[in-house]
Formats: sequence, C-alpha cells, structure tokens
Amino acid sequence: MNHLLIAPVVLPALVAPFIIMALRYHIDLQRVFSVASCVLLTVIAVALTAQAADGTVQVYELGNWQAPFGIVLVLDRLSALMVLLTAVLGLGVVLYAMGSGWDERGANFHALFQFQLMGIMGAFLTGDAFNLFVFFEVLLIASYGLMIHGGGTRRFQAGVQYVVYNLIGSSLFLFALGTLYAVTGTLNMADLAVRVAELPASDTAILRVGAIMLLLVFAIKAALLPLHFWLPASYANAPLPVAALFAIMTKVGAYAILRMYTLVFAPDVPAAAGLMEAWLLPAALMTAAIGAFGVLGSREIGHLAAFGAITSVGTLLTAISLFTPEAAAAAIYYIVHSTFTAAALFLIADMVMERQGGEITAKPVMAHSGLISALFFVAAIAMAGMPPLSGFLGKLLVLDAARDHALAPWVWAVILISSLVTILGLARAGTAIFWKSHGLDTPEDYVAEAPNPAPSTALTFVTVIGLLGLLGLYTVAAGPVMRYAEATAADLFDRRAYVETVLANRDRPVEDPNDAHSHDTFHHADHNEDTYPQPDAQSEESH
Amino acid sequence: MELLVASAIGILTAAGIYLMLRRRTFPVILGLSLLTYGVNIFLFATGRLVTGAPPILNKYAEVAYADPLPQALVLTAIVISFGMTAVVVMIALAAYLSAKDDNINMTHTTEAGEDA
Repeated sequence: MNHLLIAPVVLPALVAPFIIMALRYHIDLQRVFSVASCVLLTVIAVALTAQAADGTVQVYELGNWQAPFGIVLVLDRLSALMVLLTAVLGLGVVLYAMGSGWDERGANFHALFQFQLMGIMGAFLTGDAFNLFVFFEVLLIASYGLMIHGGGTRRFQAGVQYVVYNLIGSSLFLFALGTLYAVTGTLNMADLAVRVAELPASDTAILRVGAIMLLLVFAIKAALLPLHFWLPASYANAPLPVAALFAIMTKVGAYAILRMYTLVFAPDVPAAAGLMEAWLLPAALMTAAIGAFGVLGSREIGHLAAFGAITSVGTLLTAISLFTPEAAAAAIYYIVHSTFTAAALFLIADMVMERQGGEITAKPVMAHSGLISALFFVAAIAMAGMPPLSGFLGKLLVLDAARDHALAPWVWAVILISSLVTILGLARAGTAIFWKSHGLDTPEDYVAEAPNPAPSTALTFVTVIGLLGLLGLYTVAAGPVMRYAEATAADLFDRRAYVETVLANRDRPVEDPNDAHSHDTFHHADHNEDTYPQPDAQSEESH
Repeated sequence: MELLVASAIGILTAAGIYLMLRRRTFPVILGLSLLTYGVNIFLFATGRLVTGAPPILNKYAEVAYADPLPQALVLTAIVISFGMTAVVVMIALAAYLSAKDDNINMTHTTEAGEDA
C-alpha cells in the first residue's frame, strides 16, 4: 500500500489540532504552520496526480481490512485532479486571508481551515459511501465555524440558515445510505456497483428511491436549482475569502454526482435506467439561467459573486447530466476553471468590500481602484466565458458535447443566453463600481466609510493575480489538460478497472468462502488480524 | 415489533419535518433533533430487526446474529448529529442575542452595516 494516499487527509488532521492546542495565541506561528501545511499538501497532490496520470487505480485499505468490509481510499485520475485543485485553491485562499488580515478577526481561523481541507480531501479520496458522509460532515462542521468567522448579526443569521439547511441534507444522506444498505448489504462504492448491476430491474423500487434521495443530497451540496436557496445568503454573508474556499464545496457535490452516477448508478445499469435523464438536465439548465439573472440583479458584490458561482455550477451540471464521455471530459475541464474563477471573483469582491462596502453603486474612488478594476475585468471575462480565457474553452466543450443530445437546442440557447446575461450583469457592476466613481464630485474632506479600513497588503494582490495567472496557464495548457480529462472520463465510463482494483483483495484471508468455518483458515492466515472471524460475502448475502 | 419501529420512524420524521417548517429557531432545532432520532432508528432497522442475537459471527455453530454494521453506522450518526445539534444551538443563540430576534429568516430591520 502506498501511504502517500492518506497523507492529504492525515496532514491537515494533525496540523489543525496542533494549531488549536499549541499555537492558540500565536497568530504568526499559526500562519507559518497553516501555509506550510498547504504547501506540503500541494506537493503531495502533485505527486499523487503524477502517480495517477497513467491510469492506475490505487487503493489504500485503512487498518489493512480488505475492501468490501473495511474502508478504502481510492486514488484514480478524477480524485487526484480534485485533490490537486483543492490543495492549490487552499494555498491561494490562506495566503489571501493572511494578507487581508481576515484570519485575525476571530478565533481559530487556521485550525478550522485545515479541518475544512481535511474534509474536502477525504470526500474526494474515499471509496466508501458512508465514509463519504463522514467526510461531508467534517467539511461541513468546519465550514460552519468558518462561515460565522468574524461574527456580526447578519452573518450569524445566515449561519443559522446554512447550518439548518445542511443538517437537513445530512439527515437525507443518512436515509439514502440506510436505504442503499438495506437493499444491497454493502456501502463500499465498488461493491455497490457490482451488487446494483446484478439486481434485476423488477427488484429495484426501493433502491431507486435511495438513489434519488442520494442525488437530492448531492444536489443540495452542488446548489442545483430547486435546492440552491441556501447558497446566495450563505456565501454573500460569509467572510468572502471563506466563500472563495467554499467555491470548491459546490464542486464536492458535483464530484459526488459524477462519481456515484457513473460508478454505481450508471446510465447503463437497469436499476438506474430512466432515473435522472428526464429532470437533471433541465434542472441544471435552470440553475445556469437563474444564476445569470442573479448576477444581473444583484445589489451587492457578494451576491454577485455567489450567483456567478451558481451559474457556473449550472453549466457544470449540464455537462455532467449529459452522461457521455465527451460531456464528462468537458465537465472535468470546466470544474477546475469554474472553481478558480469563482474563488478569484470572491476575493476581488472582498477587496472592493474592504474599501467601499458591498453595494454596487458609484462611490468616491477607492484605493487601488485601477488595479482592482483590471483584476475584476479579467475575472469577469473568465466568469462570463469570453475568449481568451479558459471559460470560453470550457463552455465551447460543453456545447460541443451536447450537440447530439435531444435537448441540444435548449442547452445551446440557455448556456449562450445566460452567458450574455452574465456579461451584462458583470459589466453593469463593473461600470457602477469602477467607472462611474471617477465622475463623482469627491468632497475635500471625504473619508472612505470602509467597514474594515485595515490596509490590504501586497500579498492579497499577489494571490489574486496568481489565481488569475493560473487560469491563463490553464488556458494555454488546455491540450494536455483535455487529454487528461478525456482519459479520466473514459475511466469513469469503463468502471471495471476501479471495481476490480478495489475488490482485488476481497478473498485474501479466507481462500474459499466455503471453508470459512473450518480450522484450515488459521493456516492460510498470514496477518494477525486475519485470525479474527470476518463477515464474508456469504454471510452478507444471508439476510 | 416491525409496526412499532416503522411507526416510530414515521412519527419522528413527520413531527421533525413539521417543526422544521416553523419560523422560530427553537422549534426548528427541535425538529432537526427529532429528524435525526428518526433517521437513527431507520439506520438501525436497515440491518433487519433481530432480538437477542449477538452482533458477531460464531465460527463453530450456525447461530443467529445481528448485523453489526448498522450498529456501527448508527453510533457514528448519533455522535455526528449530537455535535451538529450543539453547533446549531450555539450559532442560533449567537444570532438571537445579536439580533434580539429568533426568527429564522434574515431580518432586514437590524443594523446590517457593521459587517456587511
């Protein structure tokens, strides 16, 4: 077993309690350890991506318990890419939070940040459905703390809504997992894939209920249309650097849909036939549309960035819900782009908010207005999907993948029109904030009524320029990235390698299930724990 | 026993959903707790209902046993829901003390200026 696989989970899990217990009153040391952890995570993620790039699937068996019984972490191309994305984003956000002084406005920012990273990494790496729930809870409970970081009435009220909404989602998740377990007797994703595929279509009524409940949970996380109401208020009222990190959380939902509904409830499995085609795509398109109109109608720049995140999630889920390898490759390309873009837009929104407050109106010219407006311009181009940045390529790929679909005219119309509306909304906001302010008569004794007049250091600009530079690099490297994405999509739709690798060891300690009750088992045992009786496949099915 | 467990899950879930749709945070949190109780019993029942059987296989005889996995799952779920309830109570208290109002909606009459 390759122990590097578990490092992205263990490292923040060790750093976070260390920060709480040993460095509670030393903000400088907290920053050092937090950044060091993020840098190390990025290095680990690069190494893992390099290992996964050739298509090998690696399995890490926790406690050396073999696959269907113990919990496994699985590294394939998709999870490696998501881990790398999280690590890079985490590094950017923690640098910005330090530069802007956000991490000093409340207790335990860095510890919660590390716990959040731990939960996200675990959710991307795990190969067990219940373990996915546990990592969801880890990332959520850290996000509750980060969401209300800094305090304030509106933030607390938005925090209550956010927590309640997600607790309902967690309960639904448990109902879904219970239903799946009651039907199949397993929660390991690869084992679920095998069992679900074996079930005849006539016996799957309860299983289909479970599958839909699970989809609802992931749709809540991804902010799919009828379940998106939590997102604008939460993200706009959270500290905006935290919202920038939350940009990856909607992608956790999208990743879970992509993973579960290509591995377990794949479109070609009889149990899942006809479950999602009818409504997932329309819901995704409506998400893209409502996000675009939200961008146009926002009165505050935090809401503007939040609705921008919603419209990009809508485009992403449109690509995912087509369920073809080409569309999945487009989705994988777009997922990285939309995460960085949404994060950059949130950080730029924070720069504006720190200087003149969140309203999208003309106010006297703020400090660094020229540089911030240039950054906003670049981020807006990326968000709207105009050339030359990767948003254009991503949307083009999605449109191209939808060409043969029955609803192709709808996909094209909604994505193109919502892009246009997004351009209008971003142009309106940019004009009001950056341009009209130059025409105002500024009184001589004017003092900017910034709520937090703490001066932003150069670090904030370096971080945002770095994120946008990564987007530029991502556009230039579109060829190799697309080859990686196409290989990833091919893996997703040909799930044999994943299933076989995960379940390769399922019969390791007991050579023949029929001999399980004989004493010969002890002679075959080559590990200490193998002498304990383990529930084998036979007993699982005896229910 | 099946009827008892099934109706307990149903009543807890129904009461939980009803309370969650209320407007004040206290009933909403109570509703969330009831919903988590309901889901815990549901999880427990997914391993089939067996009475008086140990949750362990017997190597030497064919003895009835209870499925141990849902028991482990439900323990995890109880711990998580307990912690989450504590967190939501604290955040709701902070919101109540800060806004002098425990309405679950965002109140637009409070001074939003201090951090908006």
